[in-house]
Amino acid sequence: MIRRRTILTGGAGLLLAGCDKVIQQPTARKILFAGEDMQRGLQRALMDRGALAPEYRRDQMSPFFRTNGTRNPGTPEYAAMLANRFEDWRLKVGGLVGRPLSLSLRQIGEFPARRQITRHDCVEGWSAIGEWIGPMLGNILKAANISSRARYVVFTCADLYGGQPYYESLDLIDAFHPQTILAWGMNGRMLDVGHGAPLRLRVERQLGYKHAKYLMRIDAVENLSNIGLGKGGYWEDHVDYDWYAGI
Amino acid sequence: MEAGTPTEPERPPEKPGTVIRRHGVVTRVWHWVNAVAVLILLGSGLGISNAHPRLYWGRYGANFDPAWATLPHFPGWLTIPARYNLAISRRWHLFFALVLGFGLLAYMIGGLVTRHFQRDLRIRGRELRPSAIWADFRRHLAFRFHDEHDPRRYNLFQKLSYVAVLFVALPLAILTGIALSPGMNAAWPWVLEILGGRQSARSIHFITASALALFLIVHLVLVILAGPLNELRSMITGRWRIPE
Repeated sequence: MIRRRTILTGGAGLLLAGCDKVIQQPTARKILFAGEDMQRGLQRALMDRGALAPEYRRDQMSPFFRTNGTRNPGTPEYAAMLANRFEDWRLKVGGLVGRPLSLSLRQIGEFPARRQITRHDCVEGWSAIGEWIGPMLGNILKAANISSRARYVVFTCADLYGGQPYYESLDLIDAFHPQTILAWGMNGRMLDVGHGAPLRLRVERQLGYKHAKYLMRIDAVENLSNIGLGKGGYWEDHVDYDWYAGI
Repeated sequence: MEAGTPTEPERPPEKPGTVIRRHGVVTRVWHWVNAVAVLILLGSGLGISNAHPRLYWGRYGANFDPAWATLPHFPGWLTIPARYNLAISRRWHLFFALVLGFGLLAYMIGGLVTRHFQRDLRIRGRELRPSAIWADFRRHLAFRFHDEHDPRRYNLFQKLSYVAVLFVALPLAILTGIALSPGMNAAWPWVLEILGGRQSARSIHFITASALALFLIVHLVLVILAGPLNELRSMITGRWRIPE
């Protein structure tokens, strides 16, 4: 009886322990990581391109919206920009665009703004609901006359990870989604340092790590192979996070 | 199980020691695919839980909001991978979520087409009579899990737990999992509505997974008590020897 029990429960234990061995095999790893493409394919098939993330009422907002990731880039350059209230900060829009842009915060404020109360879901599992305001990324890309060769949009930030600026990327489906905005305001005030001042990305159908804060540059590119280590984002390159963070 | 149709009159019971065809091929294939998926989902799920071990009710919930439960840190021998790695836990979880979901869908279709569900899992009125429930209960206490007059039939508690797992717990685990996806929230906002918000869905996801883990433990204990080699063989080859 004892032996039989050992076989049964031992089998389950071996499976758990075996998983760590299995994932070291390149082929197994490739199959497992293909789950991301399946999830993306399925979601894109089930979802209308413009399907909106749920929006909430003001009384449904989180009483306190916690910060995470970088709370303050802490570099001398950022401190200097903050000191004169981002007067000298410019958002550079380049790459595969017909008209590269260098936009001040004032100029970004002149674009029609979208206000949305949405839920922010961290990859760790928590959620916070807040109100965001800023221009649609799609309008900025149109103003820069984005090339038809462009397939992705890459964001480069002022905060450093391992000495390099944080970076993230989206495909054009999410870049041109109406709720994908460059937020300069949050909860009725200008964006604060903890939440990504002066400008951050909101991409409401994906998890928090896609929402690049402290934006400095936006580049339209044909593919992601020359960005970082080629997977399109800091966490994707360094700790195997999914590039498609819709789940 | 290749027994007759439900309308067929009772036939004389097979004698103990007779080897019969117990489980059909659809059931056997799904059982093992699902067993692997559930174990990996439980292990990787506990790894994911370690990233933020607090559960909330409602739409939002983070560190400064009141949590209804603070979960323990699950040790490495229970989690996939053994060493905390949220990205890899998620890779396992989200791949095998597809195996679980589409596996269950295929089994549902197979179970209806082969009439396995209607024939073997339907609970009949006479099984719910107090005297029948009492008799079943006493058989369990004596570690006899089959009816000697009709050994092919699942007993009432078996039917109830299989129905609860197949039609309640597994679908609920899948539905609450879908509700955690911000992409699927845009695609199917009604899922979030019926579950009362993402953090409620996350809590129900954890409770459902716990119920499935409890089922798994009881299931394994009963397989051991009922004769593990005979039970294992019946789920591999389909052949089951009627116990003494």
